[in-house]
Amino acid sequence: MPDATELSGSSVSSAGGRIGRDDVAHLARLARLAVTEQELDVFAGQLDVILGSVARVSEVAAGDIPPTSHAVPMTNVFRPDELRPCLPREAVLAAAPDVEDNKFRVPRILSEEV
Amino acid sequence: MTGELTRSGAADLAARIASGEVSAVEVTQAHLDRIAAVDGSIHAFLHVDTEGALGAAKAVDALRASGGPLSPLAGVPLAMKDVVVTQGLPTTAGSKILERWQPPYDATIARRVKDAGIVMLGKTNMDEFAMGSSTENSAYGPTHNPWDLSRIPGGSSGGSSAAVAAFEAPLAIGTDTGGSIRQPAAVTGIVGHKPTYGTVSRYGLIAFSSSLDQAGPFGRTVLDAALLHEVIGGHDPADSTSLPQPVAPVVAAAREGARGDLKSVRVGVVRELGGQDSTGYQAGVLASFESAVGSLRDLGAEVVEVSCPHFGYALAAYYLIAPSEASSNLARFDGVRYGLRVGDDGVNSLEEVMSLTREAGFGPEVKRRIMIGTYALSSGYYEAYYGQAQKVRTLISRDFAAAFERVDVLVSPTSPFVAFGIGERIDDPMAMYVNDLCTLPASLAGTPAISVPSGLSEGLPVGLQIMAPALADERCYRVAAAFEAAVEPVLSSIPELVA
Repeated sequence: MPDATELSGSSVSSAGGRIGRDDVAHLARLARLAVTEQELDVFAGQLDVILGSVARVSEVAAGDIPPTSHAVPMTNVFRPDELRPCLPREAVLAAAPDVEDNKFRVPRILSEEV
Repeated sequence: MTGELTRSGAADLAARIASGEVSAVEVTQAHLDRIAAVDGSIHAFLHVDTEGALGAAKAVDALRASGGPLSPLAGVPLAMKDVVVTQGLPTTAGSKILERWQPPYDATIARRVKDAGIVMLGKTNMDEFAMGSSTENSAYGPTHNPWDLSRIPGGSSGGSSAAVAAFEAPLAIGTDTGGSIRQPAAVTGIVGHKPTYGTVSRYGLIAFSSSLDQAGPFGRTVLDAALLHEVIGGHDPADSTSLPQPVAPVVAAAREGARGDLKSVRVGVVRELGGQDSTGYQAGVLASFESAVGSLRDLGAEVVEVSCPHFGYALAAYYLIAPSEASSNLARFDGVRYGLRVGDDGVNSLEEVMSLTREAGFGPEVKRRIMIGTYALSSGYYEAYYGQAQKVRTLISRDFAAAFERVDVLVSPTSPFVAFGIGERIDDPMAMYVNDLCTLPASLAGTPAISVPSGLSEGLPVGLQIMAPALADERCYRVAAAFEAAVEPVLSSIPELVA
């Protein structure tokens, strides 16, 4: 669960003003979106309106109501543990943005100093 | 001859192909010609697979010539929403991040369609990752409603609905997370059904909100939709949320309903969805709904009003739950294994490349929903937003359960509005979200619901939504077919497209 304690809003209400530019920048960083300066302005206004509206859920008295994560609950769905063919390596790598030595090539993960 | 073939429904075409009156190749070519003639102005398709379609049609004709058994829809063309992965055919989900991606496997429903001898004409346009109600959020440009090219065809499955309404295909597949089959069906004057959650495999659907996503059929008649439903439905071991249940007998129900008798069927008008509480609904939509309820009564149904007090909170709960699941599902688009990669210059780190890729590859609505979901799931807000929305979801399911103790089906308008103009609502996310007002409760409860044309308002189609309890999809089809048989066919008044 990402930590949003840096976000400025502190309570759930349907009044606006909970989301500012800095909050959008923080959310975008958590979500790995390199948003532009212009997007910070647009999204701040829009997210504020949307979150203000969906905050209506707090009007419902639901203290002792169990949450529903799935409409049709099923647990422990197993299949027989059998060997089955998987997709051919070439077919999977054919869709990759970059390939090296029959593997996905990724940009560096650690910085130079490490 | 060609025009007549594209005006025919799926059941009719299948019978004529089986009898040898026409060949599957002729039927397919007629639809490819129609696409070539009108899709420049509709833009229902992102990709037309001429060669594959004719190949599949030839195989059906060869099978028939050799006396082999034909499945009930063999040789009938179909348009496939581009969120369903198809081996060797481009699959974009309406997003730039998947431009030119060719999936290495078939979704279960794509495989079932092919195995049934159904001819897949191509992939249809949609709101990016199925997020939207107008198809304007496609990275590849909007689809136009064949009733009025300046208007939206609904969404997110707007390419599929437009293709069927414009006679480019008699059948299409869509997916419905909050109304994305039913609302496009309503605003284009066709039939669309969202099956009970878990009864149609999600294996190979590009996930938006996994606890809500469900694929389903479009057709110009209730029977055609039912025939396709029975092809794609049924348990799939590859989807762990797939229910080990036989497919509901929807074709038999559609045939029974068409006999026009609804005696002893109890119909509930939902007070909170265009019943007594109808603020925000267009007058023409309400008039069509009222007349539809009258028709159901004339067919012998016993009509009562029921209250589902928590339905008014469905919109708020949905726009927390769906973005939360989306923010998690869309984390897979990281520029590593498939799709777009941006900024890999040998200097940028993996994290920077991911952020640049996602920034360049996602459109504004997808970014908005990812950030709303990130917010709703974050540690300080989880209980107040996501947790509370899940509790409201429970209360909505309980409202349904209480209502279905009194009635067999619930009815409402499918959407509060007829098709609006392209560009009218795109800058106001909340104005777009209220399109889903009537369809969201059944999405959250995982229950089945169908949209069937109920008439016209301002010369544009209006849909009647019929909702049933989980695993009772056949009730939707039975009531819809009886209603369809009792009213003037809406599509007969669609303007002729200038080809």
